[in-house]
Amino acid sequence: MATLEIRDLHVTVEADNATKEILKGVDLTVKQGETHAIMGPNGSGKSTLAYSLAGHPKYTITGGTVTLDGEDVLEMEVDERARAGLFLAMQYPVEVPGVSVSNFLRTSATAIRGEAPKLRTWVKEVKEAMERLNMDPSFAERNVNEGFSGGEKKRHEILQLELLKPKIAILDETDSGLDVDALRIVSEGVNRVRETGEVGTLLITHYTRILRYIKPDHVHVFAGGRIVESGGPELADKLENEGYEAYTKGGASE
Amino acid sequence: MAEAQNIPVGSTTAGSIAVAAESTVATRMSAPPSFDVQDFPVPHGREEEWRFTPLERLRGLHDGTAVATGEGVKVEVEAPEGVTVETVGRDDARVGRAGAPVDRIAAQAYSAFEKAGVVTVPKETVLTEPIRIAVHGEGGTRFGHQVIELGAFAEAVVVIDHTGDAVLAANVDYILGDGAKLTVVSVQDWDDKAVHVAQHNALLGRDASFKSVVVTFGGDVVRLHPRVSYAGTGGEAELFGLYFTDAGQHQEHRLLVDHNAPHCKSNVVYKGALQGDDAHAVWIGDVLIEAKAEGTDTYEMNRNLVLTDGARVDSVPNLEIETGEIVGAGHASATGRFDDEQLFYLMARGIPADEARRLVVRGFFAELVQQIGVDDIEARLLEKIDAELEATV
Repeated sequence: MATLEIRDLHVTVEADNATKEILKGVDLTVKQGETHAIMGPNGSGKSTLAYSLAGHPKYTITGGTVTLDGEDVLEMEVDERARAGLFLAMQYPVEVPGVSVSNFLRTSATAIRGEAPKLRTWVKEVKEAMERLNMDPSFAERNVNEGFSGGEKKRHEILQLELLKPKIAILDETDSGLDVDALRIVSEGVNRVRETGEVGTLLITHYTRILRYIKPDHVHVFAGGRIVESGGPELADKLENEGYEAYTKGGASE
Repeated sequence: MAEAQNIPVGSTTAGSIAVAAESTVATRMSAPPSFDVQDFPVPHGREEEWRFTPLERLRGLHDGTAVATGEGVKVEVEAPEGVTVETVGRDDARVGRAGAPVDRIAAQAYSAFEKAGVVTVPKETVLTEPIRIAVHGEGGTRFGHQVIELGAFAEAVVVIDHTGDAVLAANVDYILGDGAKLTVVSVQDWDDKAVHVAQHNALLGRDASFKSVVVTFGGDVVRLHPRVSYAGTGGEAELFGLYFTDAGQHQEHRLLVDHNAPHCKSNVVYKGALQGDDAHAVWIGDVLIEAKAEGTDTYEMNRNLVLTDGARVDSVPNLEIETGEIVGAGHASATGRFDDEQLFYLMARGIPADEARRLVVRGFFAELVQQIGVDDIEARLLEKIDAELEATV
């Protein structure tokens, strides 16, 4: 069973000619089949955690370890992490002009699977996945994220999640900017992948709204660059009622 | 990537638009057109038309020291039945008819060539197979002149391939009769040391269509000067170009469309990708709409994609308008970087960095190639692009 283990992770970022520590000792274990929600106020470092795990060059790891099934993730290049089974659904997916969605998906699937998917089954696979996400077929011929609405970008991210079948999926604020219909469609996509039991999900969110659609096994409160409280789904209810105030004031805040 | 679209007449973007009073296109050249090399002083590098070009790498083409080797550059013409292929002297009326040399090297080529090649497609002849011209260098120096003439309502595709190592200065004339349709693909697939300087002159008869596809991958210095003018009304010119400029290469494309007749169209799209230290691409897009050219419709665009640090692009669109009675005139120039965020996104989907770059460049060029509209040429160009990307990215 695939396991992502994060131990005492410290991460800094360069900003305004100064080095700022964003993550201050994160500990978390995500196993295949589990869903963990990481919830926290803006600026708490949630997205930094997501991007650090994926290997974004902006972030510098200054301490701690991350392993996937015992393999040192921090030693891997960005593409190696993806091929090892990590997937990051991004909050702000970038435009890649000149590269069509269909070409991008096939290139990516070829890289992740280690061989080019057979064309006939692949076309069918993509078509069906797009239908489930209410995506128009013309989508495949558009350039990656170019001119996509916020909802289209997120559906495109979840389309990739469904096609690439990672061991560990990190969803960075996938719910932000979505209306209720889009949120439901995107959540259904995530749930289809979860129901296979083959993915461990790390759901990063500011709002509890998405947790009505995607039920987490574990909820963690993230504040001041680390996890400050962990619990079951009931912790989300508490946050829904009380907000983050208890965590941002006093000792746990930055 | 900032890009200006459909610029109204008289407004200004990254390039410059001169309206009537100042003739920037005409004054850009330091001497008037001439067939005689003696009419052009040896350039020193500060002239407007030479300021981007590394003169010291031109192997003497610009100062009279380059000497033709007689052999070492082979030119082979393969033409389908019905096409006339001949070599003629300088006195042949077709030679130089499409336009006079506008700079010292073009005039040098005209003054120094021995025999001009002339390929003629008779009137109303519609070719189903392309005419192929292979220019292959084996270390020689050559001054060349090639004329391609299409009679009225003739249709042809011409593919000119440049390969190997050569120092080549040439003029290529395209003479299109009334209603003729000509597509020319000129591929500069030179070895690393080659130097190639050429002026292309297209003269379009009434209602003629001219499509030029210039593909520059190789060479140490390639400097091409495609020019279009109209011999009647209703002519249409499409000038497409793509270049892939690697470390140390200088690739310069200087275009002029002279709207000297009413109701003609022109559309210019050049796209370039650059990578590596001292990769230098230059694009000059001059469009002149003369006072008599009412009803003109023109647009020109240059886009560049910089893949690495150390590469440089100079892109200068230039539109000069002497009449307001036109359908449209616009230009755009944009240079973007393949940035870390795009690379990260593709790599985060398992795609290795070099493959990610290839994917982006292939897509960048494919958008242009798909506009060419000749299936087998599109396929061949995409193959060439792939081969170039496999070799260099």
